[in-house]
Amino acid sequence: MNDEPVERVRILTPSGMLGAGWDESTIERGLELGIDVITIDGGSTDSGPHYLGSATPKTTAKAVARDLRSLLRAAARADVPLIVGSCGTSGTDAGVDWVAGIAAEVMVEEGLDLTVARIYSEQNAADLKDSLDAGRVHPLPPLGELRAETLESCTHIVGMMGHEPIVEALRAGAQVVLAGRATDTAVAAAYPLMKGMPAGPTWHAAKIVECGGQATTNPRAGGVYAVVDADGFTIEPLDPGAACTPTVVAAHMLYETVNPFRMREPAGTLDVEHATYVALDHRTVRVEGSRFHQADQHTVKLEGARITGYETLSFTAVRDPIILADIDAWADLMCTLIRRRVDQTLRLADHEYAFDLRLYGHNGVLDDLEPESGPPREVGVMLLVNAPDQATATAVAKVANPLMLHLPTPAMGYLPSLAFASSPAEVERGAAYEFVLNHVVDTVTPSSMFRTRIGEPTSA
Amino acid sequence: MPETTPTLADLAHEVRSKNAGPFWVTMELFLRDAAGYRIAADESFLDERVIARLYRVDAATVQIFRIPSLNVVKISFPRPISQGSLRDRDMHAGQHHVPLALLRVPAAGGGS
Repeated sequence: MNDEPVERVRILTPSGMLGAGWDESTIERGLELGIDVITIDGGSTDSGPHYLGSATPKTTAKAVARDLRSLLRAAARADVPLIVGSCGTSGTDAGVDWVAGIAAEVMVEEGLDLTVARIYSEQNAADLKDSLDAGRVHPLPPLGELRAETLESCTHIVGMMGHEPIVEALRAGAQVVLAGRATDTAVAAAYPLMKGMPAGPTWHAAKIVECGGQATTNPRAGGVYAVVDADGFTIEPLDPGAACTPTVVAAHMLYETVNPFRMREPAGTLDVEHATYVALDHRTVRVEGSRFHQADQHTVKLEGARITGYETLSFTAVRDPIILADIDAWADLMCTLIRRRVDQTLRLADHEYAFDLRLYGHNGVLDDLEPESGPPREVGVMLLVNAPDQATATAVAKVANPLMLHLPTPAMGYLPSLAFASSPAEVERGAAYEFVLNHVVDTVTPSSMFRTRIGEPTSA
Repeated sequence: MPETTPTLADLAHEVRSKNAGPFWVTMELFLRDAAGYRIAADESFLDERVIARLYRVDAATVQIFRIPSLNVVKISFPRPISQGSLRDRDMHAGQHHVPLALLRVPAAGGGS
């Protein structure tokens, strides 16, 4: 790919996530305006550790195929690169191959012949242990120092790439880059940086476009169009009926960030403290003054998930006002009796399994942080059991079943029958995962932790 | 004197919360106007200790950003319950703004 410097780079981001869908007019509008690159994020940790832990996608294949068809056709028509980050939700190697397989099928159906790069970001625990021993792994708050056992306990570990491996793939001739785990911003920053755009405006623009229409007055209206140049960037929504306003664009730096002014990337820190936001017209905003402070040490952040056990869920519901008036005492009694019966029947001590009893309609979401009180009209009772294996988790839920059906309050002199939502009441959830890594690795080179394959057929 | 003062939600056009990665939660108060912002940004009313009490977290871990140009107060702190764990009842932490939203502003200089 030609990396001669240019005066500006025009970015089309049709949506915040591959598989979320958009109206084709979004793409047509972008093509009319003229584009240099199409970028889209394919994942996030936001939906929980299951997707990384199990290396499975959150999105369904048909939705990803639909979106890829739209983007591959547009990229071919405009002769511009398409960059997809965090393929398959968590960016595991299986996720990259899954998206690559779908892209290959779509290209055959569409008669397209684009050169595809796959960038793998999965890490193996043994290599990371070497880095750990060498003092090159550091914790990010709130986690502490990493232990080797934690690395070994993970089912999958990914490193979050910056723009560098993507730029290398583009320079090597890739027209479509399917990246494993990448920072949300690296996906949109790679091409402008390659073309010589300044780092401050580029990373800031990348942060604003990464959630698609989130940075507009109508987040449901689809994608955004950003133009980065030597002094800043402009941004507008692709839907003619939506608008970017200075307030909405500035406020987007608040979204899902701990600190709204400074954001760490592998190569350094984006600093928008002195950025200015000016309306060019009623729907286009000009942003200038964004800075990027290059870090002394390039770092790659790790994400890892491990199995915490296996879960079984049971769900019943209470409508009787007599029970609802005393629902906390009822729930306390439930917890006490579950522990007693599990001990009596399964001979399991309290530390050999765990459960959470949630009273939806009462304090199911906030638990002891719930600020309001008062009797609810009805309560959904979810029992979630976690045990070292599925059979034990289900056995605990089945021991609890008669209680979930008939438990009275301490003051009642008879057995009520409660409203199970389904039969059987127990649902096996399979393995449950948790995120355990929030650490960075001092890299040897920005691309040394990633592996790129260009133009080869997908092995999966 | 009214019996109760307004809540922060009454002064805001939006109060929201969300994960900021798997280990942090962040929330924002988008106040309707500068008057509402002045109340919410007043450290003698809303500071790290108040957040620590509402969310049962360590005040030393709470970060508050007051942004007058946007009439926004933003609050971040480590997630007390890790995302996706057995006791995590709010996967995206998208409903955890409510204790903050329902916080009543002080009577002096409060409702206007």
